[in-house]
Amino acid sequence: MNSLSQTLNSSIARKVVMALTGLFLAAFLAEHLYGNLLLYYNDNGAAFNEYSHTMVHNILIRMVEVFLFAAILLHVAQSIAITRKNNAARPVKYQVRKDGETSNWFSRNMGITGSVIFFFLVVHLRTFFVPYRITGIGEDGSLALVVKEAFANGWYSSFYVAASLILGFHLNHGFQSAFQTLGMNNKQYAGLIRNTGTVFAVVMGAGFASFPIIFYFNLLGR
Amino acid sequence: MSETINLTLKVWRQADAGSEGRFVIYDMQGVSTHMSFLEMMDVLNERLIKKGEEPVAFDHDCREGICGMCSMFINGRAHGPMDATTTCQLHMRHFKDGETVVVEPWRAGPFPVIKDLVVDRSSFDRIMQAGGFISVNTGNAPDANATPVPKADADEAFAAAACIGCGACVAACKNASAMLFVSAKVSQFALLPQGQVERTDRVQAMVRQHDLEGFGGCTNTGACEAECPKEISISHIARMNREYLFSIAKGDK
Amino acid sequence: MATLDAKIPPGPLSDKWTKYRSTCKLVNPSNKRNIEVLIVGSGLAGASAAASLGELGYRVKVFCFQDSARRAHSIAAQGGINAAKNYQNDGDSVYRLFYDTIKGGDYRAREANVYRLAEVSASIIDQCVAQGVPFAREYGGLLSNRSFGGTQVQRTFYAAGQTGQQLLLGAYSALNRQVHLGNVQVFSRHEMLELVLVDGKARGIIARDLESGKIERHSGHAVVLASGGYGNVFFLSTNAMGSNVTASWKAHKKGAFFGNPCFTQIHPTCIPVSGDYQSKLTLMSESLRNDGRVWVPKAKGDKRHPAEIPDQERDYYLERRYPAFGNLVPRDVASRAAKQVCDEGRGVGQSGLAVYLDFRDSIKRLGEPVIRERYGNLFEMYEKITGENPYHIPMRIYPAVHYTMGGLWVDYNLMTTVPGLYALGECNFSDHGANRLGASALMQGLADGYFVLPYTIGEYLSGEIRNKPTSTDHPAFADAEKEVHERISRLMSVNGKQTVDDFHKRLGNIMWNYCGMARNEQGLTKAKNMVRELRAEFWKDVRVPGAAAGLNPELEKAGRVADFLELGELMIEDALTRKESCGGHFREESQTEEGEAKRNDDDFAYVGAWEYKGSETAPVLHKEELKFEEVHLTQRSYK
Repeated sequence: MNSLSQTLNSSIARKVVMALTGLFLAAFLAEHLYGNLLLYYNDNGAAFNEYSHTMVHNILIRMVEVFLFAAILLHVAQSIAITRKNNAARPVKYQVRKDGETSNWFSRNMGITGSVIFFFLVVHLRTFFVPYRITGIGEDGSLALVVKEAFANGWYSSFYVAASLILGFHLNHGFQSAFQTLGMNNKQYAGLIRNTGTVFAVVMGAGFASFPIIFYFNLLGR
Repeated sequence: MSETINLTLKVWRQADAGSEGRFVIYDMQGVSTHMSFLEMMDVLNERLIKKGEEPVAFDHDCREGICGMCSMFINGRAHGPMDATTTCQLHMRHFKDGETVVVEPWRAGPFPVIKDLVVDRSSFDRIMQAGGFISVNTGNAPDANATPVPKADADEAFAAAACIGCGACVAACKNASAMLFVSAKVSQFALLPQGQVERTDRVQAMVRQHDLEGFGGCTNTGACEAECPKEISISHIARMNREYLFSIAKGDK
Repeated sequence: MATLDAKIPPGPLSDKWTKYRSTCKLVNPSNKRNIEVLIVGSGLAGASAAASLGELGYRVKVFCFQDSARRAHSIAAQGGINAAKNYQNDGDSVYRLFYDTIKGGDYRAREANVYRLAEVSASIIDQCVAQGVPFAREYGGLLSNRSFGGTQVQRTFYAAGQTGQQLLLGAYSALNRQVHLGNVQVFSRHEMLELVLVDGKARGIIARDLESGKIERHSGHAVVLASGGYGNVFFLSTNAMGSNVTASWKAHKKGAFFGNPCFTQIHPTCIPVSGDYQSKLTLMSESLRNDGRVWVPKAKGDKRHPAEIPDQERDYYLERRYPAFGNLVPRDVASRAAKQVCDEGRGVGQSGLAVYLDFRDSIKRLGEPVIRERYGNLFEMYEKITGENPYHIPMRIYPAVHYTMGGLWVDYNLMTTVPGLYALGECNFSDHGANRLGASALMQGLADGYFVLPYTIGEYLSGEIRNKPTSTDHPAFADAEKEVHERISRLMSVNGKQTVDDFHKRLGNIMWNYCGMARNEQGLTKAKNMVRELRAEFWKDVRVPGAAAGLNPELEKAGRVADFLELGELMIEDALTRKESCGGHFREESQTEEGEAKRNDDDFAYVGAWEYKGSETAPVLHKEELKFEEVHLTQRSYK
C-alpha cells in the first residue's frame, strides 16, 4: 500500500501534525498563563521571578523548551505548506462567495490569526525572552519589573490585548478542530469538546489580555 | 407573494475547457415563482435558442434531488441560498423581484470546467475506484440476516451512505477539499461488519487518491456540512481521521 | 427472419432455472479473458451485470450518458425491493412472490421468467448486504420489512425512502472494484447511437463522446442494453431528464423486436403540473394513501379554499366507488379514477388537473406527531416544491407516467431477436406484464444483472470463443458510423424555428391525451396521424443550436426526441391492436358496466412483439402466446 512518506505527507497526516503541535502549544499556554498569574502576587514580583529562574535552570524544562520551539516552527511551517496546497486546489476563484452563511470567519482564517499571533510572538520574545535569556537584564534584574515597564506603554499594551483576543479566537477554533482531526468527535462528546475549547479559549484570551490592562492602568494599585 | 418576478442573471459562459470564460448578463423577465431554478434556466435557454444564441450548458438529470448531477454556485452558495437543497429543488420563490443572481460553475482544480456551468467530476469516480467498495463477488454472500448489525450503526451508516456525490462540499469548502465525500464512504463501511476486512487499506487508498486528484485538505470549517444537500455530518470526517490514524498505527502492509 | 422462440427450458416451472444453471454451456476462464462485452447503461441492471461479468473474467466496457455511472435513474427509486425471504414468518415463498407478480401484471407476463425472478430475489438481498448496503434494521440488528401494494405479506426491504440510491451505490461500488482490478472500463458522458451488426450478430456499437462530440467505434462479442425505460416519450414523467429510448430504438431498427410498447405505468400520486415551463414530475410515495383520503368537490369548478368546503360537498370518490379497497386501490385504478373526476371538471388547483390527498382526518385521529413520524420527509419534499404545508392544506396530486413495462422483446436468456444482443431491466419487456407492482423494478434490474445474465450469456458466448474480436475497421462499423454522422448533420442542418422541447412537449401532449390513462380507437387513430405529422414537421423545422463537436445538450435531446417521435407511433399502433383493457392499458371499448377494465384472455393473452420495417412502412406484429401452466386467470375486482 502507501509508503511511509506517502502516508506522512497525506493531507490527513499533515493535519494531525497541526493538531498535535497545536495541542502541545495550547498546553504550554496554560502553563505560561499559570506562571504569569504569579505576577499578581503582592510580593514585588518575587514569586514570578523565582518561577522564571526555575524555568531557566531546570534541565528538564530546558529540554522541553527545545520541543516547544520545534513545535512552533513545525506548526508554522506545516500551516504554510497546507495553506499553499489548499490555495492551489482552487486555481480559479469565485466571483461571489457567501462563506459567512455556512461557516465562521475565524475558522476560515486561521492563517490570518495565526500570522498575527506569530508576529506577536516575535515581538513578545524580543521584549522578554531575548533580554532575559540572551542579552541579559543583569544579575539582580527582575523580570517582573521588565513586564511592568513594558506595559507602561499604551501602544504596546493595546497590541498585547488585541493579540491575546485573537489568540483566543484562534484557540476556540483550533481546540475543537484538533480533536476533530484526531478523530475524537462524535455525537456524544462533540458538544463537550466544543464547550471545553471555548472555555479554554476564553480563559487564555482573557487571561493574557489581563496583564497589559492591569499593569497599564495599574489596577493592582502598587 | 407575487406570481412572477424579474431577475438579472449573471451567468458564467465558457465555450470549452481550453477557452477563457466570462460572465454574461441576461435579463430574465416574468419568472414564475413556482419554477425550480433549473426550469428557470430552461426558459432562459429556450429564449436564447429562439434568438439564435447558444443555450447555457448545465448538468442536471433526475430533478428530484437524488442523482447529484446538478451543481451551480448561485449567489455565493453551492446549490443556492437554501440549506439542504439541490439546485433542482431550489424554487424561484426564494428570490426577490429585481434581484441580481450570479451563477458560477463549481470551482476546484480537480473539477475542471467542460463548458459553461458543466464541470468534470470524474475525480470522484477515481476516488471510489481506489477503494470505495467491499470485495465480494456475486454469489458469495452469506444469508443477509447471518450477521446482525446494531440499528444505531446501520442508521449511522445509512446517514453517511446518503451522499449523492454532487460535489457541493468541494464547491463550498474554502480549500476545495473533498474530505466530506471521502469520509462518507469510509465511514459507511467502517460502521458495518462487512467493511471490516478492508478497513485499513480502504482509508489509505481513498485518501491517497483524494490527495493525488489535487483536492485541498480539511481545515474543519464545517462549510461542507452546512452546504451538503443530504446533511452529512463532519463527524464522518472525524471517523475517517480515526480510521486513518489506526491504519498508520497498524502499519503492517 | 427472426422468429419468436422464448427458449423456455422444459420441465416443471420450479425446476426450470435450477436445471438450466446446471446444464447451460460455459466459457472457461482463459477464454473469458479474450471475450469483450459492451454494456449500455449503468443503472441497477447495467452496473450489476458489468460487475458480475467482470468478476467472471470477461472484459467489459460500460457506457452511460451521465457524468458518472452512479447517477443512472435507478438512483431515484424510493420505496423498496421485494424478495421472498419470509423473514417475517408471514407465509411468503418463492411461489407467492411469483403469483403476486403474475397477477399484479394482469396475466400478461411470461411465467418462466417471473418464477426465476422470484427464485433469485432472496440472493439479491444477501448480495447487497454483503456489499455494505445499509438497509433499514430492527433493534435486534436484523433486517426490517414493510408491505407494498398488491401483496398480503411484508417482503419489501428498504433504506428509508432512498432504496434505489443505496442499491445502485452498492452495484456502483462492485463496478468500481472491477474498474480497480482492470476488468471493466467505464465510458461516462457517452451515448450509444448505433448498433453494429456483422453477419446478423450484434458485434459493437457506435457511441458519441458527449464531451468532445467525437464519434467512437467499440467492438464486442456481445452487446447488453440496460438503458432503462421510455416514459419520457410523454415529455412529463417521473423519469430523469436524460432518460431515453435511443439505445433500445436503434436496436429495434436493427432487428430487435419491441414487446408490448403500449404498456406504461401511470402512478397516481405525483405532484401536479404547475405551469407550461414544468420539466418533470415528482413522485409522492404510494404509502401516503394509507392515511390520506382522496377527494374533489362535488360541484364542478368549485374554486373555494379546501378548508371552506364542508364534508357533504366533498366527493371521496375512491371510497365511494371501491368500498372494499377505498383509497388503497391499485395504481392503475386510482389513476384512472382521478382522470375521470378531472375530466368532469371537478379537478382542483390552478390547472384543474389535480385532486386532494387530505390528511386532516388522520391528523385529527392520530395527532400531527404520528403523521410526521410516518411521512415527515415526504411532507417536507412536498412543501419544498409547492410552498404549501400539507399538515394544514391538503396535498394536491395527479397521476404521472412512471414506468414502462414494455420494452425490447427477450427470450428466457434475456437475448433479443438479434443474436448477441441482450436487454436487461426496464428496457426489456419481460417480467411485469401489463402492470408492475411496487418494489419490483429494483428486484428485476438486479436479478437480471447479478444472477441471470452471467449464466445465460455464457450460453451464447461459448459459441464465440473461436471468434477474434471484430476489428473496428470492419465495413459494418464504417457504415454504422456513417449513419450516425449523417443523422447528426441532418439534425444540425434543419435550422428551423422551433426548439427540441417545443416538439417534445407537443409529442407528450398527444401521447398523454390519446395514449395515456384511457385510450380508444378513435383517439388513437387520430393520434397516430398527429405523431406522424409532428415527426415530419420536426425534421423540417427543428432548431439545434451549437455545433456537432463538443458538448451540446440540445443535440443530445434532439436525437432522443427524434427517436421518441418514432416510438410514439409504435406505442399507438400497439394500443390500437390490443383491443382489451389490461393493467395500465385501458381501452374504453373494453370495460365492464361499472366502468372497470375488462381483459380478453381469449384473444389477447399474448406478448405483442413488433418488428421494424422502415420509418414509412407499417411495423409487423409477432405474437408470443402466453401459456399459463401454474396460474389460473381471473378478473381483478376491488369493489
